[in-house]
Amino acid sequence: MIFPLRSEPAVEATGLVKKFHAVKAVDGVDLVVPRGGIYSVLGPNGAGKTTVIRILATLATPDGGQARVLGRDVVSEAAKVRERIGLTGQFATVDEELTGTENLIMLARLQGFSRAASVRRASDLLGAVSLDAAADRLVKKYSGGMRRRLDIAASIIVTPDLLFLDEPTTGLDPRSRAQVWETVRGLVEVGTTILLTTQYLDEADQLADRIAVMEHGKVIAEGTPGQLKSSVGVGTLRIRLREAAQRPEAIRVLAEDLQITAQEEADAVGLTARVPGSDADLAVSAVSRLAGRGISVTDFALGQPSLDEVFLALTGHTTDRNDQEEAA
Amino acid sequence: MTVQLTSSAADTSGSSDLRDVLMRGTRPPRANAFTVTMTFGWRALLKIKHGPMQLFDVTVFPLMLTLMFTYLLGGAIAGSTTVYLQDLLPGILVMAILMITQYTGAALNSDRTKGVFDRFKTLAIWRPGSVIGAMLGDLVRYSIAGILVVLLGVALGFRPAGGVIGVALGLMVVLLFSFAISWMWTAAAFVMPTPHSTMAAGAIIIFPLTFLSNIFADPKTMPGWLQAFIDVNPVTYVVSATRNLMFDRPLGNDLLWVLVSSAVIVAIFGPLTMWLYKNKQ
Ligand SMILES: Nc1ncnc2c1ncn2[C@@H]1O[C@H](COP(=O)(O)OP(=O)(O)OP(=O)(O)O)[C@@H](O)[C@H]1O
Ligand SMILES: [Mg+2]
Repeated sequence: MIFPLRSEPAVEATGLVKKFHAVKAVDGVDLVVPRGGIYSVLGPNGAGKTTVIRILATLATPDGGQARVLGRDVVSEAAKVRERIGLTGQFATVDEELTGTENLIMLARLQGFSRAASVRRASDLLGAVSLDAAADRLVKKYSGGMRRRLDIAASIIVTPDLLFLDEPTTGLDPRSRAQVWETVRGLVEVGTTILLTTQYLDEADQLADRIAVMEHGKVIAEGTPGQLKSSVGVGTLRIRLREAAQRPEAIRVLAEDLQITAQEEADAVGLTARVPGSDADLAVSAVSRLAGRGISVTDFALGQPSLDEVFLALTGHTTDRNDQEEAA
Repeated sequence: MTVQLTSSAADTSGSSDLRDVLMRGTRPPRANAFTVTMTFGWRALLKIKHGPMQLFDVTVFPLMLTLMFTYLLGGAIAGSTTVYLQDLLPGILVMAILMITQYTGAALNSDRTKGVFDRFKTLAIWRPGSVIGAMLGDLVRYSIAGILVVLLGVALGFRPAGGVIGVALGLMVVLLFSFAISWMWTAAAFVMPTPHSTMAAGAIIIFPLTFLSNIFADPKTMPGWLQAFIDVNPVTYVVSATRNLMFDRPLGNDLLWVLVSSAVIVAIFGPLTMWLYKNKQ
């Protein structure tokens, strides 16, 4: 893979390993994040996303491998790395016992802003993440979405060259999620590189320029959203027939004429088929072909591939979890 | 009837606002060690302001100790509570403040386990500032507790010959040693899993140090092996120095030993704390 050599990449990791006792949370991760734009690490619970982010943000030291962030080694030049990154961790790191304003003033002072400049910076940032109304309320009285936004504001007091966002929208309602996306896009416009983890394919798809898919501490696929999706197909076609008796014939037609493998659903008139390719043409022909053979379709829908389907396509099995919360 | 449409202007102006704000986020020159420390001290004071109940713990407990031991032991040991109080009060002051220093460790552990510390760790700042700043905030709490204990003592008949200055100097000796011993709890805060266990670890050390000292009775009345321990226990010297300052008596070497033991504790547990800060994840 060739990247334009504008400057050194934002992140360049080779063979990263991190063990927690017997668990290999990160098991040989290679990652190259180019400068500018949004890079997304996609993976299920326990895949090792947070651990990778913590290593890159100098909060954890790797047990093996190397990582350079903005050209600096994360272990031997950690202090230099810290001057240029921001981190919004998976769990809020703001101080619950202070107000939103106090949190930001404190962090601005710590980073060298004068007293007056800190007060101004705090109020500007609270405005930018739409928290002005809650500025003087204690953070313990904030909602989850508000905390998240305050946490992001706290990570961009000094606009970082590289911002790590660990599952910034998990658990947020659509409106808060849109606000977070807007902030992220604003950062990209001023030149910040974003490394964002998510469990949602649609989030990675909408935001990211490139995606790395992680599972069991390993990167199992990497590419642009387009490349990734075409390897998976545009998604799942769900078809409902008028006559249950016509189902076997419908499956045969799809297989013979279009090479689409359809599965029977529990519902006797239902069919699902994973549709290969990167546009919806094939799904459209599938429906019209059935109609042309006299098989009447009462309803059909084309859904985006879910994370489970991406995994199924990439690994041949669905997302089982590293942390063993659920058996596959 | 007129219909008011809620304007969406606020929503759409948001993004250009954001861009302006981000463009202004250039990094100023690095904050110096003093600013970093004072900022963390300010944070500790803000917490007291927002949660005054924090002061309840650290004041009621010392007052309770004073009352309990004065009336429990006064008659038995000195024949009279007022006579006993003159010796006991400086000792209780030391004990009470040393016990509440454990809150320093608990608070730091809570910052660490809740993730607040992760934020500080990703900043390019002078790291000991976060620990020292928190301790400076705690010194305010200890001072309040100390003043209340002395005032209660005066109400019960404590009459220090050294006057206000002697009492203030005595209190400063206690605060100095508290600051030093707090570094043991900050080190523990990085090792123990919860604020509770951090306090428990501190209690295992602070109980013998305070009870096996000259706070409650003259060591000459005790068995030899115990006297030997009391003789090397730094708390004994803190108590003697505080008593002597409060009663305007000659200081002897007590103060020197307090300074030496404080310096030794900080020299060991200061770097240990900062090493754990850097290496414990
Ligand atoms: N501090 C720790 N101690 C022990 N095990 C850990 C620790 N942190 C992570 N792990 C383990 O390492 C593995 C990877 O965890 P990690 O938090 O990096 O996953 P993740 O992809 O961020 O998951 P999630 O989506 O749930 O946040 C998991 O099996 C987890 O149990
Ligand atoms: Mg995670």
